[in-house]
Amino acid sequence: MSNFSVGFRNNGNIQILDLKGELDAHTASELEAAIQKCQGGSSFRIIINGSSLAYISSAGLGVFMAYIEEIREKGGDIKIAALQSKVFNVFDLLGFPMLFDIMESEDEAIAKFNE
Amino acid sequence: MTIPSSTRYLEDVREFVTKKARSAEFSESVVEQLKIAVDEACTNVIKHAYDGEGEHVIDIAVIISRDKLVVRLRDRGRSFDPNTYSEPNLIQFAKSRKAGGLGVHIINRLMDRVEYRTQGDVNECRLVKYRTGTE
Repeated sequence: MSNFSVGFRNNGNIQILDLKGELDAHTASELEAAIQKCQGGSSFRIIINGSSLAYISSAGLGVFMAYIEEIREKGGDIKIAALQSKVFNVFDLLGFPMLFDIMESEDEAIAKFNE
Repeated sequence: MTIPSSTRYLEDVREFVTKKARSAEFSESVVEQLKIAVDEACTNVIKHAYDGEGEHVIDIAVIISRDKLVVRLRDRGRSFDPNTYSEPNLIQFAKSRKAGGLGVHIINRLMDRVEYRTQGDVNECRLVKYRTGTE
């Protein structure tokens, strides 16, 4: 039984992924499948809502790294929003704020896409 | 505890280390650091020492003393030479669509000391966290 899940929502042409639970080397493939599903549906404007994400390891972060260039080449982006502070600390530790828009809230991430 | 060399058991390892560190009254922020460091170390053993093969085992022990907590991992896979490791460059990773080596970086940043040694066919990794005055 995996303690990680991804929920899909839309806001206009933005695809929102609600991550829930713990993202590690075992569950990272589920996030990968979710991002591939977005790409398959030609959704390249993606917001990761991390408000229910309790844990992330480098395997989870690696998924964002693996897809970001491809998605940006298609004119899209992955923006990350509403992370719990302990999860944000891991993003920060690896210098992710340099590469990704990491916003306090989903609304801010939506506004950033609509700029 | 001993786990099969599969990522399926990472959750159990994190829970095991969390319980031990809490019972030794380490702060929640240190508990979080230990949890992710041991996860990264086990993931590296599974993926690199054992090449993702699930039929091996990893032995994990938490050793608590007055001034520190040590997580000791033992495996019988390919040994890791920390001298061959170089710090990851995020921008290069994004361009090459790869993200290897991030785990070791996390471990080094979060732990006070990290030791690797190999004796016979057993590799040992020790993650060390010292108690601070506030714990």
